[in-house]
Amino acid sequence: MRRLIFILPILVFVGLVAYFATPLLNQTDPTLIPSPLIDKPVPTFDLPPLPGHQKGLNSADLKGQVQIVNIFASWCIPCRAEAPVLMGLAKTAHVPIRGINQKDKPEDAEAYLRELGDPYTSIGMDADRRVSIDWGAYGAPETFIVDAEGRIRFKQAAPLTQADVRDTILPLLAKLGAK
Amino acid sequence: MRRFLLTLLTCVGLAAPALAVNPDEMLKDPAQETRAEAIGRQLRCPVCKTESIEESDADFTKDLRRVVREQVAAGKTNQQVLDFMHERYGDFILLRPPFKPATWVLWLAPPALLILGGALAFSVMRRRKGADETVPLTAAEKTELEALK
Repeated sequence: MRRLIFILPILVFVGLVAYFATPLLNQTDPTLIPSPLIDKPVPTFDLPPLPGHQKGLNSADLKGQVQIVNIFASWCIPCRAEAPVLMGLAKTAHVPIRGINQKDKPEDAEAYLRELGDPYTSIGMDADRRVSIDWGAYGAPETFIVDAEGRIRFKQAAPLTQADVRDTILPLLAKLGAK
Repeated sequence: MRRFLLTLLTCVGLAAPALAVNPDEMLKDPAQETRAEAIGRQLRCPVCKTESIEESDADFTKDLRRVVREQVAAGKTNQQVLDFMHERYGDFILLRPPFKPATWVLWLAPPALLILGGALAFSVMRRRKGADETVPLTAAEKTELEALK
């Protein structure tokens, strides 16, 4: 019993070190929030297009084939870093990339797409963030993969890198049966 | 006395957490605004993590506050609004997360540590008290003492 009292603090200390060291060593980003929407159907929404464009984005567009949904904005600095990665992905992935333009002015969004390229099959304008909130987003950029049944299968609340595309996005698209 | 109370009230008033809600965001009905604020204080800001959405200045959070206020104005109950946010952002958004296996440590660690520490402190104090008590001499010791006299 007496010995236990001396050993207990050491055991507790070792336990705490293990608990806190695990996410550090795994390089888990503590600012990322796990989404409860994974494996759930996409939210019901209908967003208008940018002025002068034909097509906006709604829930029905996201059924029938595997697709990528990307939330972006012209005011979002990391989106600029992500833009070339999305352009590359549009060429290699052979799945539609749908854009949700979050809280942006149409003219700013147009200028952004002119400057950095437009990888999107269609873009819906989420001027008041209502649809972003329905997607459980808390910023931009955020990227989702939606399967052919219109269920959210993956979410990344950080800009995509080439490494993400190679190690996560392309393997998952292949697994979900994207052609 | 009155001056003391006034000073105290002023201090308490100044110490209250500063809300980020702008007057133009507030609902016209004060009762509804109070409710919206109470709901917002239970929701954790997903952008800044350590504040409630009522306290956060983040641009995104402003839109979350607006959604809360719209729903309150539309007659939703507090629980319905919290459920709406929970469906989209999970346990993370609740400053008072539900009690379930994933949160057992979170909920049970403080009382468990308090009990453990209390028990430890109690046993140490009792042992120390025991050490102070004078133990009466045994019969053999008494005879020895007598012999010395």
